[in-house]
Amino acid sequence: MNEEFSPTQNRRDFLKNTAVVAGITVVPGVLLYTGSMAHQPENAVTSDRRWGMLIDTTKCTSGCDACVNACIEEHGLTEEVRAEVKPQWIRKVGLRDKQTGKEHSLPMMCQHCEKPPCVDVCPTGASFKRADGIVLVDRHICIGCRYCMMSCPYKARSFVHETLENQKPHSPRGKGTVEACNLCVYRVDKGLNPACVEACEKDGQKAMLFGDLNDPNSEIHKRLKEIGSTALRADMRLNPGIRYQGL
Amino acid sequence: MKARYLSILGKLMLGLLLSLTVNAAEPVTSGSVTIPNPPKAKTNFSAEQPCVEPIDVMRRSHGLFLKHSRNDTMRHGMRTSNYSLVTCINCHVTSDEHGNYPSVKEGTEHFCRSCHSYAAVTIDCFQCHASHPEEVISSKVNEVSSIKLDSLGTPNTSP
Repeated sequence: MNEEFSPTQNRRDFLKNTAVVAGITVVPGVLLYTGSMAHQPENAVTSDRRWGMLIDTTKCTSGCDACVNACIEEHGLTEEVRAEVKPQWIRKVGLRDKQTGKEHSLPMMCQHCEKPPCVDVCPTGASFKRADGIVLVDRHICIGCRYCMMSCPYKARSFVHETLENQKPHSPRGKGTVEACNLCVYRVDKGLNPACVEACEKDGQKAMLFGDLNDPNSEIHKRLKEIGSTALRADMRLNPGIRYQGL
Repeated sequence: MKARYLSILGKLMLGLLLSLTVNAAEPVTSGSVTIPNPPKAKTNFSAEQPCVEPIDVMRRSHGLFLKHSRNDTMRHGMRTSNYSLVTCINCHVTSDEHGNYPSVKEGTEHFCRSCHSYAAVTIDCFQCHASHPEEVISSKVNEVSSIKLDSLGTPNTSP
């Protein structure tokens, strides 16, 4: 029997070759991932990225509402309605430590959880999480039951109670559906920052940082690695994409 | 025999009378619902083709294109402009000489409405979506938003 055809030899060759093939397939995969950072409009978003935000509460001040105003302007949340049902995609929240009296002011919005309870409870599948971690309401199929509003521990969602006029073309919204912060998803898809982050940078305290949590080279990833950040209601293990620094 | 002829003649007469009534009723309907005459688009898609697909394809399937595009955009962030409702509106909804856009709620001047009211098909798109290009709204509300849109590259001016 020829040695070349012995079963042991063959197995060794097989393992060697498999290792080589595996190496070839992994390397281009890695290169592809790091190389294509810009999202092409004709491609679907993938879970290679996870969009998130880091809010520095040591910089955010109680008098400043640049982010809130930018959101209202960007999405046209300007309708005249009763105060109880006014849409709030982002709001300023004040915190006070009872022991020390130390006060914090911070913006609150949809925390874009990794395991969003709003998605779990939605009876129609309208509430969903995009592959890149942005939690959205598909208002084409939302029936307005508001179960998601009840399930959200951050009270992040609003319901449109009245007929709306003159909506923004990039931000459609209408009566009878639930809405919330969408991280300005149409801007993010074009490579821009959400409106609140832009406003905080320009008119505010430069307290908001937006980026890809998965990318080891992104500013937000580096900062999160360096500093201690807080996930709100971490006890619920929702792993929110919005993190707070200095709480 | 004669009686039978007469009864057939009577039936024919009745039929003729009925058809006459229908005919008489027809002009009234066409008078209340205007034959659709949708306004011209701002530009042609290319030299050979007026819209993103040939006209007959668009007439039959624009709803499917929009629905397909809606799911791709919403669920997967695929923001191509060919079948985007915003691009349709930007090109097809034109203002009059005073810069006013036709209403999608009444009349037949609005591009979408001109056919849909004739075909008696209710469209829900514009309960949420903007029914005319952004520039008018933004100039009324705030000039800042139009600047933002330019930086976004939203096809406001060129479709």
